[in-house]
Amino acid sequence: MMLANMVTAINNALELLLRENEEVVLLGEDIGKDGGVFRVTEGLFDKFGERRVIDTPLAESGIIGTAIGMALSGLRPIPEIQFAGFMYLGFSQLVNHAARYRSRTRATRTVPMVVRTPVSGGVRSLEHHSESPEALYSHAGGLVVLEPSNPYDAKGLLIKAGRGGDPVLFLEPTRLYRLFKQEIPEEAYEVPIGKANILSEGEDLTIITYGTMIPVVKDVVEKRKLSAEVVDLRTINPLDNETIVESAKKTGRVLVVHEAPRSFGVGAEVAAVIAEEAMFELQAPVIRVGAPSMPYPFPGYEKYYVPNEKKISDAVSRLLSL
Amino acid sequence: MLLGVGVLGSAYKGEIKYLQIIDESGNADDSLFPRDLADPKVIEMYKAMMLARAIDTKILSLQRQGRTATYAPGLGEEAVQIGSAMAMRKEDIFVPAFRQGGVYLVRGLPMEVLLLYWMGYEEGNIIPKEVNGFPMAVPVSTQMPHSAGIAFAQMYKSRDVAVVSYVGDGGTSEGDFYEALNFAGVWKAPLVAIIQNNQWAISVPRSKQSAARTLAQKAIAAGINAVQVDGNDVVAVYSAVRDAIENSKKGPTLIECVTYRIGMHTTSDDPTKYRSDSEVEEWKGKDPILRIKAYLSKRGAWDDTKEKALVEEQAKTVDDMVEKAEAFKPDPKNIFEHVYGSVSETLKKEMNEAEASYFWQGEI
Ligand SMILES: Cc1ncc(C[n+]2csc(CCOP(=O)(O)OP(=O)(O)O)c2C)c(N)n1
Ligand SMILES: [Mg+2]
Repeated sequence: MMLANMVTAINNALELLLRENEEVVLLGEDIGKDGGVFRVTEGLFDKFGERRVIDTPLAESGIIGTAIGMALSGLRPIPEIQFAGFMYLGFSQLVNHAARYRSRTRATRTVPMVVRTPVSGGVRSLEHHSESPEALYSHAGGLVVLEPSNPYDAKGLLIKAGRGGDPVLFLEPTRLYRLFKQEIPEEAYEVPIGKANILSEGEDLTIITYGTMIPVVKDVVEKRKLSAEVVDLRTINPLDNETIVESAKKTGRVLVVHEAPRSFGVGAEVAAVIAEEAMFELQAPVIRVGAPSMPYPFPGYEKYYVPNEKKISDAVSRLLSL
Repeated sequence: MLLGVGVLGSAYKGEIKYLQIIDESGNADDSLFPRDLADPKVIEMYKAMMLARAIDTKILSLQRQGRTATYAPGLGEEAVQIGSAMAMRKEDIFVPAFRQGGVYLVRGLPMEVLLLYWMGYEEGNIIPKEVNGFPMAVPVSTQMPHSAGIAFAQMYKSRDVAVVSYVGDGGTSEGDFYEALNFAGVWKAPLVAIIQNNQWAISVPRSKQSAARTLAQKAIAAGINAVQVDGNDVVAVYSAVRDAIENSKKGPTLIECVTYRIGMHTTSDDPTKYRSDSEVEEWKGKDPILRIKAYLSKRGAWDDTKEKALVEEQAKTVDDMVEKAEAFKPDPKNIFEHVYGSVSETLKKEMNEAEASYFWQGEI
């Protein structure tokens, strides 16, 4: 076992993937000598050399587009986009190509690629450094979207994704990078894609959440001594409908919590799935907690934007009173 | 005669000129020195460069005390910012990236507004009209197509206005950069695009950014004028930008200013991980401020007494900036009110919820 925070867990997963398969290459801005702006690729340049850990020119469409080309030619690229806000410059490559290659060639050509990028805010970053774009990419279809909330899942999901055959967006919440450490296996292991994780069992309500909101939700549950079933989605797309619906049927009250804006978000999808599959077993309507429906503000205002314990707790009270 | 057989001719041959007017020891080439540039104006340039550096130094120390968010200093790159801004006419419009604090300064932005930006408030993006400039653009190079569009609009409205935009050496690798130059070239728009080539894009050196020998030559593909300038020579920058602005009625120019990022990329960066101290020391020897000071001193236009008075005066200006900026009180309503032309029902509801939860303190 090794004691790891999310940064070291991801670093370790990348190292194991590079070791086990010569076809794995890393590319991105500042990932080589500098070890990445969050130090996630630290040491890999020294261990594997510039042929496999590639510092690219500053161009996101170029990074994702060339990675697609590599993936189409038998390599397994793991590009890093420095911040999710800059992935928009490569949006066309992701949505027009990565998402569709398999289907439009009837699976004769595939794009086994994992695009890693830091997401979400709460760490006083400048403009465009705190995006939570998971719904945008999930909506496209054809892209697997993962968002771990702890070191164990981060390593296992990344290894699973790196060995798979689909284009994957691997979203890394910056706020959780160094928040806590966990004992995780030293060797390679996989966490299944498409399977949510029930963090705690409960009877009175279900809280479905992921990413940066996990620690905040946990605090609310602990402080209020709630009997809550807390579900960490881990995979945003494809959504684990089964776990969601089962828990909704069990508790009859569901809160969905994410940092991304509430409108048109993952919460809307979860609520819709529950409405379609478990409507008559609910005691109350599904309630969503998310950021206000606007772009992420400047850091001086983020405390008025990112959902906090109070906002979640108020929503819990409302849900339980209905 | 068989088609396609023959001697290869030359389809195109390009050349990029290099401009330096004041050398590293402060000696000017009189044949190149702009005639409109008398000592008082050069002194003004020197003072602005000194103030830009004083502001950088101050904000860096504020950042270390947690009084600003991340900061991107322009240390060592003052000549590009000040020379180009001084070359603009009042009516010319500038479109910055994020390392052009000195440009804002020369154009008259109250410095506390700039500081508000780095303290993390959108109010730092409220640029008074008379400054004729736009807010910073963090997504690299995305401002470049805007600048071509802004230049088109000037042409469209028959205004004698040039648009001066800024991008880093790293920024020239983005598609937006090429697209902007290409559009401006096709439209013959009055654009002066300045590459502030400070040799580094965070940890990626200029040599890994492009196989091209100069970045200026990227203009050739767009069919527009280009020149490479010693970016630590404020007079050369001034001269090149002024000429390009004069020519802008005929079409765009790309100006590569060769300078050096003396400091860290931002306060989150540790440059010792990827570059050598000796490289930094070498460039410190080419300091743009020392160079113009040497020039002025040689002419008897500057001395230690003047220097001392300037430093004291600027320290006051900088303290004043901090005091004004830190007096700002953010109101959370500010983030809700301007998302759309009118506040949507959804946002109204969310604003009320925000009041309930975000001002809460203590236990749940
Ligand atoms: C589109 C985009 N990608 C990545 C980043 C992260 N980033 C910020 S500045 C920077 C390097 C910019 O280098 P350069 O254009 O040379 O400007 P400099 O910082 O040297 O002034 C990077 C990679 C960004 N802001 N925008
Ligand atoms: Mg640069």
